[in-house]
Amino acid sequence: MAGESNGAGVFGSSIRRREDPELITGQAKYTDDLQLSGMVYCTILRSDYAHAKINGVDASEAEALDGVIAVYTAKDIEASGVPGGIPVGWLLPDMKIPEHYMLAKDTTRYVGDGVAIVVAEDQYTAHDALDLIYVDYDPRDGVADPKKATEDGAPLVHDEAPNNIAFDWEIGDKEQTDAAFANAAHVASLDIVNNRLIPNAMEPRAALADYNSITGELTLYMTTQNPHIHRLLMSLASLGLPEHKIRVIAPEVGGGFGSKIHHYADEAIAAWASMQVGRPVKWTATRTETYLTDAHGRDHVTHGELAMDADGRFIGLRVDTYAAMGAYLSTFAPAVPTYLYGTLMSGEYDLPAIHCHVYGVFTHTVPVDAYRGAGRPEATFIVERLVDEAARVSGIDPAEIRRRNFVSPDAFPYQTQVALEYDSGNYEGALDKALEAIGYDDFRKEQAAAREEGKFLGIGLSTYIEACGLAPSAVVGSLGAQAGQWESAVVRVHATGKVTVYSGCSGHGQGHETTFAQIVASALGVPYEDIDVIEGDSGVMPHGWGTYGSRSAATGGSAIASAAEKVVDKARTIAAHLLEAAEEDLAFEDGNFFVKGSPDQAQSLPDVALQAYLAHNLPKGIEPALEATSFYDPANFVFPFGTHVAVVEICASTGQVDLKRYLAVDDVGNVINPMIVDGQVHGGIAQGVGQSLYETAVYDDGANLLSGTMLDYAVPKAHFLPSFETDRTVTPCPHNPLGVKGVGEAGTIASPAAVVNAVVDALSPFGVNHIDMPVTSEKVWNAMN
Amino acid sequence: MYPSKFDYHRPSSVQEAVQILADNPDAKVLAGGHSLIPVMKLRLAAPAALVDIGRIDALQSISRSNGSLRIGACVTYNEIANSADVQAAAPLLAEAAGQIGDRQVRYRGTIGGNLSHADPASDLPAAALALGATLHVAGSGGSRSVSASDFFVDLMMTALQADEILTEVEITAAGAGTGSAYVKFEHPASGYALCGAAAVVTRDAGGSCTGASLCFNGVSATAVSAADAASSLVGSDLSDGAIDSAVSGMSIPDATGDMFASAGYRQELARTLGAQALRTARDRA
Ligand SMILES: Cc1cc2nc3c(=O)[nH]c(=O)nc-3n(C[C@H](O)[C@H](O)[C@H](O)COP(=O)(O)OP(=O)(O)OC[C@H]3O[C@@H](n4cnc5c(N)ncnc54)[C@H](O)[C@@H]3O)c2cc1C
Repeated sequence: MAGESNGAGVFGSSIRRREDPELITGQAKYTDDLQLSGMVYCTILRSDYAHAKINGVDASEAEALDGVIAVYTAKDIEASGVPGGIPVGWLLPDMKIPEHYMLAKDTTRYVGDGVAIVVAEDQYTAHDALDLIYVDYDPRDGVADPKKATEDGAPLVHDEAPNNIAFDWEIGDKEQTDAAFANAAHVASLDIVNNRLIPNAMEPRAALADYNSITGELTLYMTTQNPHIHRLLMSLASLGLPEHKIRVIAPEVGGGFGSKIHHYADEAIAAWASMQVGRPVKWTATRTETYLTDAHGRDHVTHGELAMDADGRFIGLRVDTYAAMGAYLSTFAPAVPTYLYGTLMSGEYDLPAIHCHVYGVFTHTVPVDAYRGAGRPEATFIVERLVDEAARVSGIDPAEIRRRNFVSPDAFPYQTQVALEYDSGNYEGALDKALEAIGYDDFRKEQAAAREEGKFLGIGLSTYIEACGLAPSAVVGSLGAQAGQWESAVVRVHATGKVTVYSGCSGHGQGHETTFAQIVASALGVPYEDIDVIEGDSGVMPHGWGTYGSRSAATGGSAIASAAEKVVDKARTIAAHLLEAAEEDLAFEDGNFFVKGSPDQAQSLPDVALQAYLAHNLPKGIEPALEATSFYDPANFVFPFGTHVAVVEICASTGQVDLKRYLAVDDVGNVINPMIVDGQVHGGIAQGVGQSLYETAVYDDGANLLSGTMLDYAVPKAHFLPSFETDRTVTPCPHNPLGVKGVGEAGTIASPAAVVNAVVDALSPFGVNHIDMPVTSEKVWNAMN
Repeated sequence: MYPSKFDYHRPSSVQEAVQILADNPDAKVLAGGHSLIPVMKLRLAAPAALVDIGRIDALQSISRSNGSLRIGACVTYNEIANSADVQAAAPLLAEAAGQIGDRQVRYRGTIGGNLSHADPASDLPAAALALGATLHVAGSGGSRSVSASDFFVDLMMTALQADEILTEVEITAAGAGTGSAYVKFEHPASGYALCGAAAVVTRDAGGSCTGASLCFNGVSATAVSAADAASSLVGSDLSDGAIDSAVSGMSIPDATGDMFASAGYRQELARTLGAQALRTARDRA
C-alpha cells in the first residue's frame, strides 16, 4: 500500500486492519486460550426457576466426586469476609437498589441466577459435579413483561420495590407538552414493544484469575470492554482487595456489543475461587450461559404521541415507557432508558415541547443493560416511527414532513427541550444525499406499478441523531454516573524513533490498533509501521474507562492526539536547541523540524528522540526521554447523524420480508479510516436488521427463557442481508482535536426504524400502521389477511 | 458445553455394531454427529456409550441397478447432492440434501442419521416419503425392510428398535415423465424447515397426470403426506388452476405451532409451498 505509511496522509486512508491476520489465522489468544500452571476450572450452578426460595443446598455428592476441589454457596462467600457485591454504577433519584450478591442467598430471581460454585481439576468434572448438587427450591410465580410487572398483585422481584418499580423518571415539560397537544391539528399515536435482545458476542464471557496469596496480588484475565472499571468494582464492591493489587487484562476479546462492559458475578466468582483454593481458576461461559446471564438489551413497552399543527409542523411529543431492568440493577442499566433515551427524544427535529416518562421495572429475567446503541436505538425507533405515522395521518410525504421539521443548519448550537445541546449538523444534507442515491421519486412510481401486479414494495426512512462519545465527566456525574468518562493516553517515542501508544480504551473488534496508529502517524509524521498501540491491561496503562458508547475515537483518540501534541511540543524545544534556533522559527513537517525556509537542515523526530534519551545535550530545564500522558475530558457529547433508507419487498403469499436495498448516509465527522468506518456501519446495520426482522428473546408467562439457544434465537445470517450501500457527509465535531464523532452504534440506532417504516409503507394498502419487531413473516401475513 | 461421560465403540461391520447395541441398552448410534453431539453437549441426552458407525464400509456407498437406487446410511448430504446417480434416479433427494444446513453440516450429516433422528423440521423425511423409499434395517435378530410411510412414528420416534440400525435407503428410480421439487421455507434461526414441501408428479405423453405425491416437513410432529391433495391431481392436466384447487382446501392433520410460527401459519405455508413445489415438479416432468 504505497504512500499510506507516510505521516500526514495516513489519517483518512483505508489502511487494512493490522489486527486481522492474527484473528483470521486463529493465532489470536482469547481468555479461554490461556493456560497457567496449576490451573483449575470453575462452573456455576444456575437456577432453573425464574423465582424460587432456596430451602437448602446438598452438595455432598458433588463434593465426593473425584476431581472436585470444592463446592461453595453464598454462605461460603459471606464467611470469607469479602464484600461480595455486584453494584450498580449509575444512581437515579429515589431509585430502589436491592442487594445484589455474588450468588443468590435465599431467593433466586431469574433463570440463570447463580446458586453454587464448583471448582474442579478439569472442565468435564466441573460440569459433571453440577448435576450432583441438589437444591431444594420452593418455586414462586415470576413475571417477565415490564408493564405487567407493575400491575397490582404481580409477583414481586424484591419486596422493597412495590409494583416492581425501580425508578420513576421523567424529562421535559409535561404541562407545556400537554398544552401543545390540546392545540394540535393532528396527532400520531403508537403503542410499541421494543423487543428484548440477546447480545451474542462471538466469544462467550470468560475469566482466568490468578491470586497470589503471598503478595496479595490478583491477576485477572477476562473478556472485558473496560478493564479499569472491572478493577475498580472488583476492589470496592466484590473482593475487597486494594485496587493497586488488582491487575485486569483483556486478552483478545471477541466482540462485546455492551455485554462485556458490565460487572457480573461470574468473573468475580472466578477471582474469589482463586483466593480460596490458592490456584489459578478459569471460568468460561457455555453458549447456554451467555443466553442466561449476559445482560440483555432493549425490552421496552412504550406509548408515544406526536402532535402537529395544520401544516404538519411538530409541536409536541410525549412518550411513556416501561423499561425492564431485569432481576437486579446491572452496572449502567439505569442510565440506558433514561439519560441515553429520554434525552434523544427531539431526534433531528425542532420540537418545542417534549415530555418523556419512564418506569424502570424489575422483572424475573436476566438483567437488562447497555447493548449496542443503548437507549438511543429505542429513542430513535419511537421517534422515527411516530414521524412516519405523523406523515400518514397528515397525508404529508415522509421525506417532506422530516424536511419541514428538521433543526436547520444555521440553528446550531441547538438546545433541545430534553437537556442536550446539539453542536453541529446538516440534516437536510444527509437526507438529500440519501434520497438522491436511492432514487426516491422513481421508487414511488415503481412501487405503484408493482402494486398493480400484486407485489408490495416499501421504502422506509430513518433520519437519526445520536449522542455518543461518552462523555463530559462533570455532566454525567451530575446525572448520576458513579464514574468519570474522560480518557487517557500515553504516547512514548523510543530512543530509536519507534513509538508505543497506550490507551485506556479497550478495543474488542473495532480496529483501534490500526486507527490509533493512524492518528499518531499523522501527528508525529513517523511511519505508521513504526507505531504500536497497546490497550486492555490495567497493569501497563494506569487509568482509563474503556470502549463503549462510540467513545473510543472521540475521547480515546482525542487523548492520544493531545498526548502526541505534547510530544511534538517537547521535541520542538529540543530540536530548536539542537538547531540553535528559536522555537517559533521552526516548522514541523512530515516528522522533521527545520527552520522555516531551510528544510535541508532538519532534525527528524527520531533524531530528537535519540537526543532526548541520551540526554547529553538537552536544553536547560528539559527532562530526558520523549513521552507524554494526556487525560482528555470532552467538552460535550458528539452528535453523529444521518439518513438511513431501507427498501423491502413483501412476498404476498408468505408474508416474508425481503430487504432489497439498504442505504446509509452517515455523518460521523472526520473519518480516520473509511474502511473501518464502513465496517462499523455494516455491522451495526446487520444488528439493527436483526432486531427488526429476526431477533427476540421470548419468555413464557412464568418467566422461563424459551429462546435459549441459537436454534430459536435468530441472529441474522449473511444471506439474509443485501450488500449495504454507504455514503457520508462530513460535519467535523467542533470541540475535539480530531473533529471526529463516533460510528460504533450508528447502524444499530438508525436501522430498526428504517426497516419497520419500509414494511409499514409496503403494507399501506392493507391499512397497516404498525407491526411490532421482529417483523416475522407470520406477523406480516396476518396483517395482510 | 461438556457432555457427560460415555464409552466409545467403533465397530467395523454392521454385525458387530448391532451386537454392541444389543449388549448395551443405553448405547446410541453415532453417525454424522450433527444432531446427537449437540444434544449431548446440552446434556439433553447422556448415552452411556456411542457406537460410531462412520467407518463401516458397507454403509458408505451409492449404487444403482435394475431401476433401483440404494444409498448407504452413512452417505453424507454433500455426496447425495452431488451424486450423478442420485441426480438422475432421485433428483428430489439431491435437491433436498443440497438445502440442508451449511457446508459443514452437509459434509458431516448422513442420510441415515437424518431419517433416524426424525426431527420433524429436518429436510429429508418428506423426500423419503414422497419417493416411497424403502428403509433397510439390521438388528441383532436379523434384517427387515420398512416403508418410509411406516418409519416415522411420532416426534423424533421411528420404527427402529433400540438395537437396530438403518443400513440402506432404497428408492425406485424415477421413470420417464416424472418431475420433482423440494421447496423450503427456512426457520430464520435454525435454518431447518419451518415448512418444506416435496412434490413428485408423473405425466403421460398427453400431459395428463398419472401419479402425484406431496409431502411436508416442519408442519406436524412427523413428515406427512398430503395424499388427498396429491391424488386429486391424478387425471388432471396439472395446470396452475388444477394445482391451486388441489392445495387450496388442503389441511395437514395435527399441524403444530411453536413460539416462532402458529399451526395456522404453517398450514398456510404448506399450501403456498406445496403449490410452488407442484408447479416446479410439473415443469420438470
Ligand atoms: C448447524 C446445523 C444446522 C442444521 N441444519 C439442518 C437443516 O437445515 N436441515 C436438516 O434436515 N438438518 C439440519 N441439521 C441436522 C443435520 O442434518 C444432522 O446431521 C441430522 O439431523 C442427523 O444426522 P447425523 O448423521 O449427523 O446423525 P447423528 O447426529 O450422528 O445421529 C442422530 C440420531 O440418529 C441416530 N442414528 C444415526 N444414524 C443412525 C442409523 N444409521 N441407524 C439408526 N440410528 C441412527 C443416532 O443414534 C442419533 O439418535 C443441522 C445441524 C446443525 C448442527
